Amino acid sequence: MEEKLALFKNRKRFGIEKNIDIIFKNTALVLSSFVAIILLGIVLVVFFQSFESFSRYGLKFLVTSEWNPVKDEYGAFTAIYGTLITSFLSLLITIPLGVGTAIFITEDFVPKVFREIIGSFVELLAAIPSVVLGLWAIFVMEPFFRAFFVFLHNFFGWVPLFSSEPTGRNSLLAILILVVMLLPIVTSIARDSLNQVPKKLRNASYGIGASRWKTIFSVILPAALSGIMAGVLLALGRAMGETMAVTMIIGNSNAFSWSLLSPGYTISSMLANQFGEADGSQVSSLFYAAFVLMILSLVVNIFAQWLVKKFSLKY
Amino acid sequence: MNSLFYQKNSSRNIGDKVFTSLSLICVVISILPLIFLVTYILIKGGAQITPELFTLEPNPPGDDLDAGGINPALIGTLIITTIASIIAIPVGVGGGIYLAEYSKGGPFSRFIRFGVNVLAGVPSIIAGVFIYALIVSTKILFGSMYSGLAGGMALSILMLPTVIKTTDEGLKLVPNELRYASLGVGASMYTTILKITLPSAFRSIATGVVLGIARAAGETAPLIFTALFSYYYITGFGDLFYEMGSLAVLIYNFALEPYDAQNKLAWAASFILVLSILSVNIFSRILAALTEKTKRV
Amino acid sequence: MIKNTKKAQKNNILSLEDVSISYGKFEAVKNIFCNFKKGDITSLIGPSGCGKSTVLRSLNRMNDLIPNCSLKGTVLFDGTNIYDKRVDPVEVRRRIGMVFQQPNPFPKSIYENIAFGARINGYVGDMDDLVELSLKKAALWSECKDKLNDSGYSLSGGQQQRLCIARTIAIEPEIILMDEPCSALDPISTLKIEETMHELKKNYTIIIVTHNMQQALRVSDMTAFFNAIEYEDGDGGKVGYLAEFNSTKKIFSSPKEKTTQEYISGKFG
Ligand SMILES: Nc1ncnc2c1ncn2[C@@H]1O[C@H](COP(=O)(O)OP(=O)(O)OP(=O)(O)O)[C@@H](O)[C@H]1O
Ligand SMILES: [Mg+2]
Repeated sequence: MEEKLALFKNRKRFGIEKNIDIIFKNTALVLSSFVAIILLGIVLVVFFQSFESFSRYGLKFLVTSEWNPVKDEYGAFTAIYGTLITSFLSLLITIPLGVGTAIFITEDFVPKVFREIIGSFVELLAAIPSVVLGLWAIFVMEPFFRAFFVFLHNFFGWVPLFSSEPTGRNSLLAILILVVMLLPIVTSIARDSLNQVPKKLRNASYGIGASRWKTIFSVILPAALSGIMAGVLLALGRAMGETMAVTMIIGNSNAFSWSLLSPGYTISSMLANQFGEADGSQVSSLFYAAFVLMILSLVVNIFAQWLVKKFSLKY
Repeated sequence: MNSLFYQKNSSRNIGDKVFTSLSLICVVISILPLIFLVTYILIKGGAQITPELFTLEPNPPGDDLDAGGINPALIGTLIITTIASIIAIPVGVGGGIYLAEYSKGGPFSRFIRFGVNVLAGVPSIIAGVFIYALIVSTKILFGSMYSGLAGGMALSILMLPTVIKTTDEGLKLVPNELRYASLGVGASMYTTILKITLPSAFRSIATGVVLGIARAAGETAPLIFTALFSYYYITGFGDLFYEMGSLAVLIYNFALEPYDAQNKLAWAASFILVLSILSVNIFSRILAALTEKTKRV
Repeated sequence: MIKNTKKAQKNNILSLEDVSISYGKFEAVKNIFCNFKKGDITSLIGPSGCGKSTVLRSLNRMNDLIPNCSLKGTVLFDGTNIYDKRVDPVEVRRRIGMVFQQPNPFPKSIYENIAFGARINGYVGDMDDLVELSLKKAALWSECKDKLNDSGYSLSGGQQQRLCIARTIAIEPEIILMDEPCSALDPISTLKIEETMHELKKNYTIIIVTHNMQQALRVSDMTAFFNAIEYEDGDGGKVGYLAEFNSTKKIFSSPKEKTTQEYISGKFG
């Protein structure tokens, strides 16, 4: 026994090992706080860089659409309007499509294999870089929809949204490519929320003789609603911040127009377009616009997270 | 006529059919363009692939018919994503370790997890704007402005939340009994993490990280005014401090050129980018499905 | 008189002095006084939820790993209060080993399962010898000597538990704590593990939590009966306490407390 214990003469945890343990923990602590530091850094840097423009134009910046580096006049209304209209309208199209698809792949209309294939295919598409979607939009989508846009203008020209002659690249194309980008997000989150609805709720409804769609509309969708809402908000955040595909297809014009058939601007496409070549107070104004975009997406994201939290507490 | 037989024409059954068809239409509308998109990219892009593509520099846009290759952009993408990974993986894994292993669900970790989700939702172009203000415009990196290094940093901001999240979640899946086993034989916390918990979670963390890298490889917005673009071969270490091309920015720049030759290069680059990203995704999905199965057995 | 207590203290390898343990605001066990003698096997028995595992975990500071678990009082081991601020819990766990309720081998080979802990504890001898010896002590050697490189998970539940015991005795702790080591096992494996304990008794002090009266009777020298009573303020919560502590023989043949009598005869629990 004594002899055996001698083999453990190094059992004591020496100072070095204790110190490594402490250093390891503190390093991990510092690394995890990087997230907060970066986040704070982003907010502060963007805010301070926009300060010059902010103090000069104030809130007027948000409602005027003059963007003239020569005259040093800046207002981001066109871009803000473009950001909001493209993201909301694209979401409006995406929600029914995405939720409909999600219902289809969570119900047993077709064998499980097919549903899983459809599901993972949709998810794979979320991995396609947006710049590639932009390329595709320029060379495939735009020619494809050209005639349709002319038709829209001819028959619905009295609606302000279609009131202008369609141009090659325009806001409506940006909306359509956004739909393609958002579909995977909305579909997969809606599917997850639908899958989380407890089986017994569904059975209870079938048990009292409700038909399938009656069950879906009156039991399953309401139960999954907050999850779907959170997903929709995340998608909204993504749509507002989406840059490449939109920049490539929206036409990039600061001239304000109600019509979706004329070229437009979003904050992010304005940044992508002008940041590299800007100088002087234009830079500060771009930072101001970036700040607005950041606040918009932060608000949407935080609200989405709040919903997620509330939602996960429920079950 | 109160029979139990299925009544084709009852309003209930017609309603059900209508909605079922509607949801099928949703599937078709969502899926068709997507299928079309992928096939188009693969066919149109695949047709442009030649050996020279991988070895030549791109020619500056002009009327000449020969656009050259995408070698600098290809190498640039590899370098920039590597830089991003070198920054984001240690920071993210370390941070994830803290959240999952040390913080006991207190306010700090709740705050950081919240921050991770918020950072994940920050538009990618904002990451570019941030690095521009911090690194590019200040010339803080030995006086260089636009550089591959700055681009890598911008990308790392986008990768960071993914890495932390997958590490945190991967570690949380490791059963506590395993930690107790190791600590119970007198292992230090760091030994337990490095030798027991991290290896157990390795596969799920690695999958998540690889997917994160794949996504970052296609990001464009953070690069357009940090790494900018370059037409020239990358020849040495010093090139890190100069403008650097990437597949993503090449696609952006050349898609907007009026010349067919450049457009074709953009398609070729898209092909390479999409093919690699999709294969990484499919491969990791298959791997995940396989491990799932072996676990259940 | 003084000499006597000194002698008693010398024999007591581990003593609890007025120990109360809480999870957050909830007090799980209260005012425990208890001495464990060197070389004894002590059983902890009692109804579910009365805090046996809680007490056991407090003996080698495994409770530190549970968020918001706190302890009042002193736990003396070898004359030192292991809850003293200066004490390194890792060091404590190296000297007081633990076998858990659910077998929890490392996701490594059988060999590595044993070598891991030994290496950490600074073992300088021949590793192959140690692995063989520990597996023999845990009555597992004959079953796995040909597959030492297989994963620990390839063993059956009972074998896994014996592997965990082997892993614990490989590091030569002074005390082995076992939390219902046989609850997931079939009768044959259970008997094997009990044999192992008898074997181990020669060199180690063992404290074991068990729900099996026969097992307590078969293996242990001393038995501690824990019970739980409702809080005095009567909000329905229960707090555990040590109801009776005596030699196993006495506890099972002539318990002093009525509740002990009722418990061992199966009236509640
Ligand atoms: N991690 C924990 N967090 C909060 N409360 C706990 C925790 N572990 C145990 N408790 C509570 O402490 C009390 C004692 O639990 P303990 O597990 O020690 O009982 P036990 O006697 O081992 O029961 P069993 O025989 O079922 O294993 C119980 O009321 C339990 O709910
Ligand atoms: Mg217990």
